[in-house]
Parts: sequence; structure tokens; C-alpha cells
Amino acid sequence: MTTAQEHGGDVRLTGISKTYGSFTAVHPLDLTVPQGSFFALLGASGCGKTTTLRMIAGLEEPSSGTVHLGDQDVTALPPYKRPVNTVFQSYALFPHLDIFENVAFGLRRRGIKSVKKQVGEMLDLVQLGEQARKKPHQLSGGQQQRVAVARALINHPKVLLLDEPLGALDLKLRRQMQLELKRIQTEVGITFVHVTHDQEEAMTMADTVAVMNGGRVEQLGAPADLYENPRTTFVANFLGTSNFIEAEVAARSGDDLILKAGDCKLTLPTARCTGPTATGAKVLAGVRPEKISLTHADDAGRIPEGRNRITGRIADSSFIGVSTQYVIDSPACDSFEVYAQNIERDARLTPGAEVVLHWNPAHTFGLDAAQDVEAGASKVEEDASA
Amino acid sequence: MTTPLAEAPPAKDPEGPAPAPRKPRRRGRLVPYWLLLPGILWLIVFFALPLVYQASTSVQTGSLEEGFKVTWHFATYWDAATDYWPQFLRSVLYAGSATVLCLLLGYPLAYLIAFRAGRWRNVILVLVIAPFFTSFLIRTLAWKTILADGGPLVGALNSLHVLDVTSWLGVTDGDRVLATPLAVICGLTYNFLPFMILPLYTSLERIDGRLHEAAGDLYAKPSTTFRKVTFPLSMPGVVSGTLLTFIPAAGDYVNADLLGSTDTRMVGNVIQTQFLRVLDYPTAAALSFILMAAILLMVTFYIRKSGTEDLV
Repeated sequence: MTTAQEHGGDVRLTGISKTYGSFTAVHPLDLTVPQGSFFALLGASGCGKTTTLRMIAGLEEPSSGTVHLGDQDVTALPPYKRPVNTVFQSYALFPHLDIFENVAFGLRRRGIKSVKKQVGEMLDLVQLGEQARKKPHQLSGGQQQRVAVARALINHPKVLLLDEPLGALDLKLRRQMQLELKRIQTEVGITFVHVTHDQEEAMTMADTVAVMNGGRVEQLGAPADLYENPRTTFVANFLGTSNFIEAEVAARSGDDLILKAGDCKLTLPTARCTGPTATGAKVLAGVRPEKISLTHADDAGRIPEGRNRITGRIADSSFIGVSTQYVIDSPACDSFEVYAQNIERDARLTPGAEVVLHWNPAHTFGLDAAQDVEAGASKVEEDASA
Repeated sequence: MTTPLAEAPPAKDPEGPAPAPRKPRRRGRLVPYWLLLPGILWLIVFFALPLVYQASTSVQTGSLEEGFKVTWHFATYWDAATDYWPQFLRSVLYAGSATVLCLLLGYPLAYLIAFRAGRWRNVILVLVIAPFFTSFLIRTLAWKTILADGGPLVGALNSLHVLDVTSWLGVTDGDRVLATPLAVICGLTYNFLPFMILPLYTSLERIDGRLHEAAGDLYAKPSTTFRKVTFPLSMPGVVSGTLLTFIPAAGDYVNADLLGSTDTRMVGNVIQTQFLRVLDYPTAAALSFILMAAILLMVTFYIRKSGTEDLV
């Protein structure tokens, strides 16, 4: 009985897919969102994340597969019979009702007569107690967003679905609301499924992130795990930035692979290679820009032994306060990106300088070379209507 | 080499140096008033002046032979109202019934066009407006054929015993439909239906579809969604549609003339007769003003009641 209770808020998608004519928005997908977790579906516009969310809400009928909430199969239930609520992208507040009535809407539809106390408490939770008698258009974007959250949460849904809820807010407000949503989620303990195209938002808020691409889940895991151990170039590029060196497995030494890329030799822990590991196999050796240290070529002798190193020339540098971003031309990889913390700045590191890039081999990850190195890299100008 | 010359603005300013920067700005400020001028002139000549003329006519006495003089004879109003109150009442009843029928027929259609028609939307809209391509009179005369005694429609209604019910209600007469109140109401409904559908469609079409999804998401059944979200949000359309139907229908005389009988005369018919047959201009003018005042009163009350200023 207790286990049933504990898993009552699990969302289980089994083989769920959605096709529109000949276009497949979501390929058959299995996904379990455990009760009480903050789960993010992350991806660019048109990757199928919103469609997946709408299938959980019942606003979209899956072409195949089933949706379970806990032990209940809700696939055939219309949205008004599902114990889930949605925070819509543009909030979809009822313009003809005041804030109080907007929040009370769900309760009234379920025939609850005395809504005053509950609505009051909910408005206090989102700090809008004073605004109860205003109409939605009299509130700011951030306040409207909080009304949308309150209107959904007051129904104590098993799952709260959030469709790009912060997309319309400016950066500062978005940061604030991210923390606010996280606080509310911790407080009420309801399962949150959050759809976003903003990797930072997903990583700040979610316990588990599913990165979606082309209607499939590319990788699923905790934010730190996804960031440190991406399994595809798409994930590596979509979450933060990655440098890739095309290399060939030259040998094996204990738990490490020795890679050959042009003239340089790189060490890659076998456990961190998701590509082929046989000798002679082509792999992409990846490393995050902030893991790399830069040393001027004149000081190359002072670099400790055992670090991966490649040589290059600084092509460009930009100072952005906390760090300096360098772009480095190297025979192994053109336009290598390096983020250096501004702790001890070496005045010689200016464009044109010969440098050695070096990093701890443990920060190298290996991917199958048979994929697009640039996948997911151009995510900067995403529109929020994904 | 020649491009800069070609791109230079043509130097044709015979008035000499460019005007001071202040001048165009002052002219710019007056532009809105200049743009208003034609419309205002039009309204003055064709609305305000006739209205004043009509008002003065209504307080004149005299006859066509001796000529009319302004004698401030306000008793004309009292006489007109007491003599013709049945026609006033009938106008309100017929126009009101036609408005209700238009709303009942037009709302589902407008809803369908706005939310369900898909790529047929424009086709249906054109079909709604299509009757305007023929004359109002011809369309009304066509109804004479449709409702003709012994015609297929009347025959069908008769055999279905619909006419028994309508006769009992007093809107038809035995097995006749033509020359009864029902015929007039049908004509009014038909002729003013597009004026109901179009505003309804515009206000329904403006409703964000996500509001329906949100209502469904918040446990509202489709019928509840309609009652609590769609209909309240379409109120501006309902109000403007009913006004656009009721006001012209209340003053209409063509339908009552062509489809009705002497027992179905509306106030429009009385005004027409007074003006064109009896040639009693003061009474006709007074009736027009009473009708205008009555409609203004009803409309003000209606708008207050429906609380639409809150929605826009």
C-alpha cells in the first residue's frame, strides 16, 4: 500500500510516439519520471519536448504507446479527467476573471464550494495576496507567471507540467523565478515536469534532465552527469561548449586508452569512452573549455608530467570579467576554446602567442567519431515557442 | 562616378531654400484634423442637418396646401405615441424575437467558423456575406415564394403539425404562414443574420485557443468550458451582434410590408405611410424621434446590464 502511495505520482511513458501525417514529432519513447522529482525535458525548437508534455497533459493524443500516472493508465482520459495540471507557455490566464477566480477555477470545477481559504493561502505562497481582485492584464509578466503556477498548484495535481514557463520573462526575472519554482517544488513535493530550451534553466532547477533531439531522448541523467559525461556530440554541444579532437586509438595502457591525433598523444580513461575502444578505431576526444590550462610555449617545461597537452597559437581572446575566453588554432583542432579564470593573468597570452594547452586526462571524454561534430552547437538563437 | 549624382535628390525647389524645420511640424499637427474633415462634413450635411430639420418638422403644424409652420406643437408627440403604441410594441417584439433567433442560429455557425472550419473558414465567411450580392428587396420577395400558401414548406410544416403549435402561439394563422407575424419575424431574422454572425465571429476568433486547453486542464468539461470561458469572452460580439440586429430590425418596414398584413404593421410602416401616403410630416417626424429615443434608452440599459465595458 505504501509503495503504491510512494509511486502514485510516477509518470510512466511506454512506447509513446506522435506523428503528424508523415512527420514524426516524437519517436517511440520510454520514460519514467519518479514521484517528487523535478524533471526537465531539454531541447531545441521542434525536438518534440512540448509534444511529449502535451501528451502527458492529455492535450495531444499519442499515436502509439501509453501514459501511466502511478498505476493508472490515463492514455484515453481527456485532460479534464487527468490529475495533472499545466503551466502554459503564455500562462493562458482567463482575461475575464480576476486573479482570485483564476486561481479558484480548478477548485470550483471540482465542486468545491468554500475556496476562499485555499485560494488565499495559495496566493500567499506565490506572494500575490494583495493582487487577488486585479485582472490578469493589470499584472506584470512575473506576477502573471506566478498566478499561472498558483492556478495549477492549488489543485494538488499528481504532476505539474510546465511548458517553457519562464520563456516570456527577462533574464533577471527568469533567474529569480527559477529559484522560486525550485523553492515551491521542494515545499509542495509534487512531481514537476518542465519543458525548456534553456540548458542553464534545466541544469539549475532539475534533478534529472532528458536532452531531446529530433523526437528522441538523446541522453538522460543528472545535470552534472550530463555535463561531465555526454554520450553524444549533440549533448556535449547543447549543454555548454565542448572541444573535439579527431583521434585514433593507438594503444591501451591499464585503464586508459592512448590516442593519437596528429603529432600529439592523448590519454583517455577507457571508462569515459562511449565510442569504440579497439586499437585503430576512430574516436572524438572531447574536453570542456574550462578544464584546460594555458601555458606560454616558453614555459612548456614547467607543465607537470602526465597531462594531456597540445600546442597551438592564440587566434583571439575576449575578456569577460570573471574569465577570459581564448580561441586557439591548433593542428589537432581548429578553433579550440579555452576559458581561463582571471586569477593570475599572463601578459604574454595575447593573440598570436604560441601556447601549450594542457589538462588532466580524467577530464577527457571519448565519443564515437561517426557523428556530426557540430550537432547541437548552434543553439544560441532559439525561439521560445518550441 | 555618376552614381552619386544620380542618387542625389532632384534639385527642383523653385520656392528657394528649404522651409524652416518648424513649419512641417506644425502642418503635421494639423494633419489629423484635415483627415477628419471630409467625414465630419459628410455627417453634418447628411446627418446633423436632416436631424435638426426633422426635429423642427416634428413641432410644426399645418397641411401640405397651407404649408407647415413651426408652432412648437409638442402635443404631436403625445398623439403619435398614444395612437401608435401597438405598432411600437410590435416593432420591439418582432425585432426582439428576430434578434433572439439570429443569436440562436448565428452563434453555433460563428463558433464553427472560428474554431472548427479550418481551411473552409473563408469559404463559409463568403457564403455568410453572399446574400448581400442581391438586393434586400429581392431577397425579401423570395421569402414570399418560400412561405407561399400551399407551397412545399408550408405543406411540410402543416403535416408535421408545427403550424398547430405556432397558431396556438398566435404567430401564424391556420394553415397560412404568409401575412402572419411569423413570416415577418422570419424575414427579419434572415435579413439581419449576417449582422449577427460577423461580430460574433470576430470576437470568437480573437479568443486564444490555449484558454480552452487551460480550462480543460483545470477540470472543466467541454460544456463548462463553453459556459465559463468561451461565452463570457464572446460577450462583446454578442452585444454588438444583437445591437446591429435589433436596431435596424426595429425600424424596418420592408419585411412587414412584403411578408406581413395590416395586422403586422410595425412602426416603420407607420412612419413610411405618414410620410409618403398621409403626408402628415409632423406625426411622421415625431414617430421617428420617439423610435430613436426608445432604442437609445433600451440600448443604454442593455449595455449597462451586460457589463461589456468591462470586457474591452
